[in-house]
Amino acid sequence: MDILTSLVVVPVLTVLALFFVKGLRQARAWAAIGTGIELLLAIWLTVWYLQLRGAGHTEEMLFMRDVLWFKSLNIHYAIGVDGISVALILLTAIVLFAGVFISWHMQELSKEFFISLIVLGTGVFGFFISLDLFTMFLFYELAVIPMYLLIGIWGTGPREYAAMKLTLMLMAGSAFLLVGILGLYFNSAPGGGQLTFNILEIARLDLPMNMQRFLFPLIFMGFGVLGALFPFHTWSPDGHASAPTAVSMLHAGVLMKLGGYGAFRVAMYLLPAAAAEMSWIFIILTAISVLYGAFGALRQTDLKYINAYSSVSHCGLVLFAVLMLNKTSFDGAVLQMLSHGLMTALFFALIGMLYERMHTRDIYKMGGLMKVLPVISSVYVIAGLASLGLPGLSGFVAEMTIFVGAFQHEDLFYRIAVIGSVSAIVVTAVYILRAVGIMLMGPLKNPAFADLPKAAWQERLGILLLLVPIAGMGLFPGWLSEMIMNSLDHIVAKF
Amino acid sequence: MIEGVSIQEIMAVSVILFFIGVYGFLTRRNLISILISLDLLLNAVALNMAAINRYLHPDNFQGHFFAVFIIAVAAAEVAVAIAIIVDLYRLIHSVDVEEVDKLKY
Amino acid sequence: MTNFDYALWIPLLPFLSFLILGLSANKIKARAAGLTGVLSLVLATALSLLLAWSYFGAHGGGHEQAYAALQPLKWVWLRFTDTLPFEMGILLDPLSVMMLVVVTLVSLMVHIYSLGYMKGERGFARYYAFLSLFTFAMLGLVLANNIFQTYFFWELVGVSSFLLIGFYYDRPSAVAAAKKAFIVTRFADLGFLIGILILSYYAGTFDFAQLNAPDGPVLSKDWAPVFGGHSLMFWALLLIFMGAAGKSAMFPLHIWLPDAMEGPTPVSALIHAATMVVAGVYLVARLFPVYELVDYGAALQVVAWVGAISALLAAIMAMVQMDIKRVLAYSTMSQIGYMMLALGVSDGGADALGYTASLFHLFTHAFFKSLLFLGAGMIIHALHTNDLREMGNLRKHLPWTHWTFLIACLAISGIPPFSGFFSKDEILAAARENHFWIFAIGYFVAGLTAFYMFRLYFTIFWGRERQYSHKPHEGGWNMKLPLAFLALITLVAGFIPFGEFVSADGLPHHSALDWKLAGSSIGIALIGILAAMYLYSEYKQLPSQIARSLGPLYRLVERKFYIDDIYAFVAKRIMIDTIGAGVAWFDRHIVDGTMNLIGRTTLRLSSAIKGVQSGQVQHYALAFLGGALALAVFFFFRS
Repeated sequence: MDILTSLVVVPVLTVLALFFVKGLRQARAWAAIGTGIELLLAIWLTVWYLQLRGAGHTEEMLFMRDVLWFKSLNIHYAIGVDGISVALILLTAIVLFAGVFISWHMQELSKEFFISLIVLGTGVFGFFISLDLFTMFLFYELAVIPMYLLIGIWGTGPREYAAMKLTLMLMAGSAFLLVGILGLYFNSAPGGGQLTFNILEIARLDLPMNMQRFLFPLIFMGFGVLGALFPFHTWSPDGHASAPTAVSMLHAGVLMKLGGYGAFRVAMYLLPAAAAEMSWIFIILTAISVLYGAFGALRQTDLKYINAYSSVSHCGLVLFAVLMLNKTSFDGAVLQMLSHGLMTALFFALIGMLYERMHTRDIYKMGGLMKVLPVISSVYVIAGLASLGLPGLSGFVAEMTIFVGAFQHEDLFYRIAVIGSVSAIVVTAVYILRAVGIMLMGPLKNPAFADLPKAAWQERLGILLLLVPIAGMGLFPGWLSEMIMNSLDHIVAKF
Repeated sequence: MIEGVSIQEIMAVSVILFFIGVYGFLTRRNLISILISLDLLLNAVALNMAAINRYLHPDNFQGHFFAVFIIAVAAAEVAVAIAIIVDLYRLIHSVDVEEVDKLKY
Repeated sequence: MTNFDYALWIPLLPFLSFLILGLSANKIKARAAGLTGVLSLVLATALSLLLAWSYFGAHGGGHEQAYAALQPLKWVWLRFTDTLPFEMGILLDPLSVMMLVVVTLVSLMVHIYSLGYMKGERGFARYYAFLSLFTFAMLGLVLANNIFQTYFFWELVGVSSFLLIGFYYDRPSAVAAAKKAFIVTRFADLGFLIGILILSYYAGTFDFAQLNAPDGPVLSKDWAPVFGGHSLMFWALLLIFMGAAGKSAMFPLHIWLPDAMEGPTPVSALIHAATMVVAGVYLVARLFPVYELVDYGAALQVVAWVGAISALLAAIMAMVQMDIKRVLAYSTMSQIGYMMLALGVSDGGADALGYTASLFHLFTHAFFKSLLFLGAGMIIHALHTNDLREMGNLRKHLPWTHWTFLIACLAISGIPPFSGFFSKDEILAAARENHFWIFAIGYFVAGLTAFYMFRLYFTIFWGRERQYSHKPHEGGWNMKLPLAFLALITLVAGFIPFGEFVSADGLPHHSALDWKLAGSSIGIALIGILAAMYLYSEYKQLPSQIARSLGPLYRLVERKFYIDDIYAFVAKRIMIDTIGAGVAWFDRHIVDGTMNLIGRTTLRLSSAIKGVQSGQVQHYALAFLGGALALAVFFFFRS
């Protein structure tokens, strides 16, 4: 079995194993083992990938494999990865593994919880390795559906409402997406012959312009819903606020990246002409997302809402960069996906820890936590600094790559849009520092919180798993950026 | 072919029978009566089948087969329906069709 | 050519110390933490002195050739594009070598001083970790060989300043001050970043050497005016200056500096007096050829005026402050205004006198201002208060502090032979050649400076004896030694032939004192000192009477010209309460409302038509019959 398939098989086996275990202790142990193996696989994949590239393999995709599984519609299980998918697979594996440790004390229906969580992970891994649009879509749905259960059953607050809203909006996005994919499929053989879902084959075609004009908005918006594109982002605050910790982590950290990745790999790559022509519309929308999310976070009092709006802002930046159509900004988009994935997962993990201890997420009810919970609070500050783009942490690398790259666009309009979205960094600083100031600093506000339990080992481990890559990426971004850049040539060549 | 009876007459009987059945099906409130009306419907159709086969396509047998089929189905249907009705009666002590409206929006 | 590779270790040593202290967190003993910090700085200082020695020494006796700008190390940190790589490198030229010496020396003094000052504080190790982080960032900033690297470290010093101002994080005022400092400078940095983007887009490079080269991509072209009668390059430079003004607390972005005094006093000495706040001056000096030549120095005019206005406003505000550290903060702002002013007026003249003067002042100011702050720290340490009204007649209790403070006050007032006299005099000389009003402001501010500094001096060390809760006494040797050392430098620094080393074109310059000008500036300083002496050396009602008679004018100054209030209004009322709340409302009600509306419409529609499915079998049958009949009729009539 090749390594990519085992990325999907390992979680499936983990799920199967989980069916036969009893109780929280066993369930979490098996989940940790399964996701741990997955993380090792992802690291191995990265190393191997870099070795192959180093050895002079310049194909567009590596580790390719193709199995026909539905003959009459010519649907293949076609897989392969380039630098972008490798990076995102690594991110997913890290967040998933950390997520298991963050849900170490999931008492309620623990077995089922871990099963849903890992099913979700399976979908994500499958999505990132697929080269066949239909299979990709299949995995996409596989990743989205467990969300409903995870929020609806294990969530807090108005969870049914949030779960329903999230699922319905994402499904509406999928509907757009499906139409777009089918549109690509039926146009994939202009000279007659076998229709195909294969991305690489479709990419070789030159689709007629009017068809591109029709399909591009469908696909971009379809993925945009998941990438929190304004005005289709409102599932995100409610969904994140209601979801249990590990689910928020995975959702904001990984699932929203499916949107960015999909928009990039499908919409931009397969429909370049329409993308170039219509990007200005979406540039406006994403620039609004960036600023709007930042301003929206300014006045929130619920930590998760702050973070959800901040995610809207940061993911808006991903789509913004994707639309800028040059290599550097594409690189920045992928870096931003990685950086935001790690940061926001860390944020949600910390928020979950705070909530577990205080049973509130209202920043005005906290205050002075730095003294009580030094580890969690310090990491929160670091995550905040990463989020507002402190050099030496991942956010800076990603944002600067995007800004510099996007600013190389020849068209003045795009450069002005860049200046607009650069302004968000100030607002980001304001809302991050506001939360940090109210919640962590100052004198202790509520004496009931005077001796909360310190961070336990599994919490520290979870934090560390996310913090180390953030710092690593911030200090040594070179190799990661090169790995992504090398994969972009094929895509940039289309513009 | 029955001497002195034209196909029109037989079909007229069948139509009358059918619409009696329809009327009964739509207006009766007792489930048993509805079941009886239903059987009238089936039998009207069966009569039609048999008559058309006999008068128009005397060489073929499909119509007859269908008529026999309908009889068989009707028997099975009655058995199932009566069972349901009996069960229903046990449950709600009524065989009034208007009280059996649980299966809605 | 000497090998300067070891320059890398100068920033790296504090970074290592930061890593060690940061990772060991609270487990490390206070003593070990302090030693780690000090030791790393001792090594770094030794290296940078060695470097300065060999750099300036390598020049030999040949005085007519320029100092070479060396780049001993350079590597690509992140490749944006093939032509625009983000490099990390080390640039050694007279400017950066001079800054290196200043930063390491002052930082070392502050490290040593803090051993005594911060003794027994909670989070001692954390304090040293942040201090090391700051020193690392500042050294990286100084050594940067391209503008993006500058931005990198620029942000990093901003954050370490935030962390250090908010060191007493359980004190709400400290938290607010830290936030304010960070956000205001962040806002300024936004301008800086946009400026970098514009500059690099048109120039195609981040590299200082290429940007400043006369035949480089910027200076070799003639930029057409595009907006407001100026070229894009001018606007880019202006935006970059916005970043510089934010960091250097220039009007109107100065509001964070006085509040930043909430941090521990040694931090104020290091960051908010000697090093970080002059980063703006350093940046403008770094890009000086560009500022000088693009649009015939139009951007420099702005720099000059901003500097002059800041110097004046700050000096006025310093006169009424009642907090010892705030007086010093405004004085810092005023002095940096001088430096900016000097940079701004140094176009035109071939030898760019103002450039040298500005950096000379930066050099001398770093030492005497950190001396003042450390002295103030000594007083605060002894009295546990910042309030001038609770001080008086301390010269008997704190003799060391008294004498060193006096030296620094004389230096900043421009009394020979102390260092400030020489640098300030050069600035005034440069301004006089360029622009009358700017010169007039500079001259006037010199008098004000002398007045408010001696107001401080006399109120603290003379005046009435107060009731002290315990007898004030000075700190140990580790606090006295830095004071003595800095006072020594203040005494001798003026005699350094600074123009020999640092000048706009890299060539050594000899500057001679113009005794006519020097005499008149000493004169106005003396007037200021005497006025302060008359008003404050003994306790009198007169100062408060004067204040009362000025009425609204006094209040205007006391309220800091209402600039803070305007900012607070914009930030709180407009940004957060109007836009932020507006967006939140819009999101919840309009955008989300639309989504909910779609959902609710679907539900309502379904409830409207769900009655069709009544559960009544006979209704279904009727509908079925009707349908069948309708179909029958349809097909009957169609054929």
